[in-house]
Amino acid sequence: MAEQHPQSHGRDAHGGHDEHESHGSLKSYVIGFVLSLVLTAIPLIVVLNDMVTGTAANVVLLGTAVLQFVVQLFFFMHLKEEKKPRFNLLALILGLVIVMTIVAGSIWIMTYNSVG
Amino acid sequence: MAHGGNHAASQAHGHDGHHDQEALRMMGFWIFLITDCILFGTLFATYVVLHGSTAGGPTASELFEMPGVIAETFILLTSSFTSGLAVLAMNKGSKRGLIGWLAVTAILGASFIGLEVSEFVKMVHEGATISTSAFLSGFFTLVGTHGVHVSVGLVWMVAIMLQLSRHGINSVTKRKVNVISLYWHFLDVVWIFVFTIVYMMGVK
Repeated sequence: MAEQHPQSHGRDAHGGHDEHESHGSLKSYVIGFVLSLVLTAIPLIVVLNDMVTGTAANVVLLGTAVLQFVVQLFFFMHLKEEKKPRFNLLALILGLVIVMTIVAGSIWIMTYNSVG
Repeated sequence: MAHGGNHAASQAHGHDGHHDQEALRMMGFWIFLITDCILFGTLFATYVVLHGSTAGGPTASELFEMPGVIAETFILLTSSFTSGLAVLAMNKGSKRGLIGWLAVTAILGASFIGLEVSEFVKMVHEGATISTSAFLSGFFTLVGTHGVHVSVGLVWMVAIMLQLSRHGINSVTKRKVNVISLYWHFLDVVWIFVFTIVYMMGVK
């Protein structure tokens, strides 16, 4: 049976008691943790010491935040290990589209809506 | 469609429909997390739109004290990591390791909440309350909602620890630990954006 499912086959190989999606190894958690620490330290050092200001600072802040989000999705939440069909990924993308629409739409409309 | 895939997988493992159901529950929780994302998205949108409307009250850069916030950030990040270690201990079949790492996670979560509450109390004593300005309404709603999520997670985690000590590691408690660890990682992800958008962009 397992041969017909190459997606799950790799994981079957390292432990018969494997069940749910949440897996990963100590290595992936440590890598994720270290990357998250670095991505938190960068904005602290760069922005709080005024090494960059204005728009550049915003780019650094949002860039490192989004990168850290991606790091945690892959190394902590194991999104990459999901079996096909990738419904979790699809739900996440739909959610992010809705969130971006709400946030960007609100900022956009309120920027041009100021009275007085 | 999901059924087809999961069903085949469960046959490959030699399980009955039980595993199928637990996997489906994991996916249901994931969908809840996505809706929670949308909740936080609306609160972020509200905060961002209102953060300049201070109505003569204190502004973000006057109010926020970064040392405490930075400590909160590293504490929550570490607790996200330790909740992952709990799952690893569980996959190895170590009940002691699992409960131990969950306890470390819960203690870190409790110190996060302690710092946040003391920060809020200090602000209120300085006269910066939720009704002072639109900025502070948005701030307390957004950061407070995240804090409530963490507090609920703490109670939930203690309950799962009790359940584990009584029933041990089985397919049901396993799924529950996977779910709470996913929830905990999610809360850390939300905090990354609170930290960046509210605090860092507020004080820079």
